[in-house]
Amino acid sequence: MTENNELIRSSAATLAGKLAAREVSAVEVTQAHLDRIAAVDGKVHAFLHVNTDEALAVAAEVDAIRAAGGPAAQELHALAGVPIAVKDLIVTVGQPTTAGSKILEGWHSPYDATVVKRLRAAKMPILGKTNLDEFAMGSSTEHSAFGPTHNPWDLDRIPGGSGGGSAAAVAAFEAPLALGTDTGGSIRQPGAVTGTVGVKPTYGGVSRYGAIAMASSLDQIGPVSRTVLDSALLHQVIGGHDPHDSTSLPDPLEDLVAAASIGNVHGMRIGIIKELHGEGYQTGVENRFNESLELLKSAGAEIVEVSCPNFKYALGAYYLIMPSEASSNLAKFDGVRYGLRVLPEDGPMTIERVMGATRAAGFGDEVKRRIILGTYALSAGYYDAYYGSAQKVRTLIQRDFDAAFAKADVLISPTAPTTAFKLGEKLNDPLAMYLNDVATIPANMAGVPGLSLPGGLADEDGLPVGVQLLAPARQDARLYRVGAVLESLLEAQWGGPLLDRAPSLTEPSPGTPSLADPALNDTVASHGGSH
Amino acid sequence: MAAINRDDVAHLARLAHIEMSAEELDRMAGELAVIVESVKSVSEAAGEDVPATSHPIPLTNVFREDVVGHTFTAEQALSGAPDAYEGRFKVPAILDEG
Repeated sequence: MTENNELIRSSAATLAGKLAAREVSAVEVTQAHLDRIAAVDGKVHAFLHVNTDEALAVAAEVDAIRAAGGPAAQELHALAGVPIAVKDLIVTVGQPTTAGSKILEGWHSPYDATVVKRLRAAKMPILGKTNLDEFAMGSSTEHSAFGPTHNPWDLDRIPGGSGGGSAAAVAAFEAPLALGTDTGGSIRQPGAVTGTVGVKPTYGGVSRYGAIAMASSLDQIGPVSRTVLDSALLHQVIGGHDPHDSTSLPDPLEDLVAAASIGNVHGMRIGIIKELHGEGYQTGVENRFNESLELLKSAGAEIVEVSCPNFKYALGAYYLIMPSEASSNLAKFDGVRYGLRVLPEDGPMTIERVMGATRAAGFGDEVKRRIILGTYALSAGYYDAYYGSAQKVRTLIQRDFDAAFAKADVLISPTAPTTAFKLGEKLNDPLAMYLNDVATIPANMAGVPGLSLPGGLADEDGLPVGVQLLAPARQDARLYRVGAVLESLLEAQWGGPLLDRAPSLTEPSPGTPSLADPALNDTVASHGGSH
Repeated sequence: MAAINRDDVAHLARLAHIEMSAEELDRMAGELAVIVESVKSVSEAAGEDVPATSHPIPLTNVFREDVVGHTFTAEQALSGAPDAYEGRFKVPAILDEG
């Protein structure tokens, strides 16, 4: 059990080293994570599907290749045998893909997303598919049609969204790595509230082929992990040009792992964005953010202040552009080609009425809200005032970034204005929910890359705070360089990773008998939830 | 800009092919009115001279070689369809013959 505990708490980089040295087998590593999922996912609900057989088969294949030695063993990818979880917005052959929606319940994709193909080529066992807000629309994972994910730090709180499942899986040591998607913050904000690392690469830097589209000009797939280096390792696997995605950048991928290993920020100019801290940000978030600035300064970075005056329009413009694109992208769910078909209760059985009944039953409230809002913003008479204006704001935001990056190499802000809130707290107030993404949205609007890493725990509630780094388009390497330095400075202060302070999730609560029997342990896990 | 009302929502729901109950229309109209009000400032943010950005990092002339790539078999394409007949998608009636 202690050995397993060590395996699940290891970083992907450490696991890769142990696998290469044959200190541990890929089957052991994969099984340890599957056991952890069985033990805690009843409480956390990070997974919608667990891919036990295929994951173990891939692990066994890696072990066989290593045991045989020779060129095939030499050619194995560094992450071969390191397991990973995949957000259920990304299509996979052999497992269901639901996008967190009733409309796709039980659907199996006939093809793999490019990023999944790359995981398979690297022989990384896929542990399963993680929970999300329906079609990635939300900031709390409460809009999943299959029930919310719980934050491993406090099971009564949200794990962020939309990629709460991927972030919680990594935070709860159910997987060392996961894939997420980020349209307005869906990788970075869950990273912030779960004390994990998440990266939104430059737009076009990672292929989106096989990611079910929400807003095509904003969506980006990226890595989720517990360390900055692990995100760099995963980014290196999934990044680079893909002819199947017409928005994929032709540029060769930078050496991101090397960037994460540079180890100094001396002389770098780091810009604080005036508009993205202060009023509206929780005190504990602000305090931890200021500490990170001090640490970077002590390491020789120059801290400068920059102003991005048009960021105040970013949230509003985002809530016009994103629903407009989503309403168009989701028109394909018509009850004919895939997914659910619901027949109207009475009257003529025409395609139009079948579509209306199917979409009424298949989509949840938030999806309907965004489709209607998008249809409105695109409709004749309103197009110029709404969609057209929002696209102009996008230009202004890009100009703000250009001006800021003339003064700074990297920008810094809190990732989210607050720590994790209680499940249900903002569910009936869409606008309050949307405000969670105020600091992450500008990056998507401009296509620039962003990284969130843990900045510590807020004094008032003991919950994780995220620090966000932003770099110019195509300069993702800078995020890894600064992120790795800040992470090591913070961990030196804490005396270890932040997640060492998270609840174990398996310790019996005081007064309950010892749970030595694993079968009994499973039963408890599946009935857990009250924390 | 005009506020969004219940009739607008009913019209938009028809355009978007989502059946909505009376209660749902009421609730949606209230929520959307608040959201639309909050994004109003966007229309005043940029002047006439600011060009629109549709894609953050625009690429032009993205073509591929004119050769047959990977294609689905009919069976694969139909594998997720709610209804199929003789190798094709089966669609409900297009016209109401009432």
